[in-house]
Amino acid sequence: MDASAQSEVSNGGNVAEIGEIMQNIAEHKGCGTSGGSGKASCGSQAGQGDLPTEIWEKVKNHPCYSEEAHHHYARMHVAVAPACNIQCNYCNRKYDCANESRPGVVSEKLTPEQAAKKVLAVASTIPQMTVLGIAGPGDPLANPEKTFKTFELIYNTAPDIKLCLSTNGLMLPDHVDTIAKYNVDHVTITINMVDPEIGAKIYPWIFYKHKRYTGYEAAKILTDRQLQGLEMLTERGILCKVNSVMIPGINDKHLVEVNKAVKSRGAFLHNIMPLISAPEHGTVFGLNGQRGPSAQELKALQDSCEGEMNMMRHCRQCRADAVGLLGEDRSAEFTTEKIMAMEVKYDAETRKAYQEKVEEERVAKVVAKQEELAELAGASSDIKVLAAVATKGSGLINEHFGHAKEFQVYELSTAGAKFVGHRRVDLYCQGGYGEEDSLQTIIRAINDCHAVFVAKIGGCPKGDLINAGIEPVDQYAHEFIEKSAIAWFKVYLDKVNSGEIEHVERGDAAIRQGALISAA
Amino acid sequence: MPFKIIASQCTSCSACEPECPNVAIREKGGTFVIDPKKCTECLGHFDEPQCVAVCPVDNTCVIDTSLPRYQAPA
Repeated sequence: MDASAQSEVSNGGNVAEIGEIMQNIAEHKGCGTSGGSGKASCGSQAGQGDLPTEIWEKVKNHPCYSEEAHHHYARMHVAVAPACNIQCNYCNRKYDCANESRPGVVSEKLTPEQAAKKVLAVASTIPQMTVLGIAGPGDPLANPEKTFKTFELIYNTAPDIKLCLSTNGLMLPDHVDTIAKYNVDHVTITINMVDPEIGAKIYPWIFYKHKRYTGYEAAKILTDRQLQGLEMLTERGILCKVNSVMIPGINDKHLVEVNKAVKSRGAFLHNIMPLISAPEHGTVFGLNGQRGPSAQELKALQDSCEGEMNMMRHCRQCRADAVGLLGEDRSAEFTTEKIMAMEVKYDAETRKAYQEKVEEERVAKVVAKQEELAELAGASSDIKVLAAVATKGSGLINEHFGHAKEFQVYELSTAGAKFVGHRRVDLYCQGGYGEEDSLQTIIRAINDCHAVFVAKIGGCPKGDLINAGIEPVDQYAHEFIEKSAIAWFKVYLDKVNSGEIEHVERGDAAIRQGALISAA
Repeated sequence: MPFKIIASQCTSCSACEPECPNVAIREKGGTFVIDPKKCTECLGHFDEPQCVAVCPVDNTCVIDTSLPRYQAPA
């Protein structure tokens, strides 16, 4: 495949579509924020924002729900649920490349007993592992015995580990009571449409009550079941996140409607993800040339849905057997063979001590940000810029430019530094790129940023970045991201105000569709 | 009139196994196989063969025409 063509963004064609999305934003926000109840923009960002305290308590240490927590806590998925009951045009589960990172892909499936041992082994090795999810590779609720057996085993041996479930929702209404019984406190439902006409373009068929349904009828059953399941869960106080795949030309504008529908039924977080689509994935969309959204299109849609609902922007669309912090995958250390040979001793005390240390770090980070924000107070400007950050975690600028597999993107304004997404820049596993090409790939991925913060950077890439109009910043090496970004932005604003530099808007950027290579 | 699973196309997802009303499907050598003695094509149970309806790969659960009854008489 020509990866550059795949990730190339046709700027011209997208402008009109972004215009339409922005139009939807205005309408959506207009009707959504009546009575001054509009939420602050922070959402699932660094702090509690205006999340109710009982929800914040549940999500603050959950890497998949809190952008800030994902720097500190790890999650794992166990692949105990291989069967699925619907077919999606963006999914092909036959594919397994060790370097491939996307939902639905796993290297080996596990029995519930193997999965439980793996969870204990990982929790003992990685004390910041606090969350266990079952996300397939099929649908967990199409494999209810295996899914709930796994939950039962873990619930009995390691009750401090949070249990999560990710489902397409078709069988959800039938299992809500069991989900409550095992104290599963987070459920993610993938809802890509609430209009069966649109659903028919995404789902070729579903298998329901011993029958295969296709077309409109299939999508109608699916959307009815999904929304019913969502209502039943939120009625019981179980937290629900909704995932949506943004498919340009099919459901991109419609996702604003989806956002309204799930918000009104009590979902607390909406995660709009870009379609991952390439011919070598063997999916219907990959083969028929359906493109994914550009970074600007994705952000415009996420911004448009942010009126009253928390938007999630740090999703890494990881594998169904991923292990570790988001964005890293240590699953190769925990193959079934290695785990079965391990002596596992679950040490709750050590885990607790470690996690207390993590909490101290987090508090320090928030304090640092507050200090810098206080200095920014009083400054007023309409200028907003994006900055890319090379980080290994802990909320620090601590990654070398050349080693970064992804960059986190922050939007900087006088309101502070707001996390708005991440860009993967690793090379696709088929290889075939030289050093030069990889630098161009990185520049394309962060082309909408004014600056890139790194711990260290070589002379050559530095020059190329400057030529591309992106300022490499290494003076804040190993300091807190938000504090540094705000400090840099303050200097930037001063320079603009004094006339030393002129503020210019940047162009669009590409979202990498390739693999997140686990071996660094 | 039994079905068979084309092993090279089977993703081993296991979706068919619990759907079979005759408990004719089991895992063997990394993929799933149908016991031809037990398969009834779901006649009398459901309107359509369950393994065919749930299989994510088209044309993977198919009628096994290699059986003697499908061969032209000698």
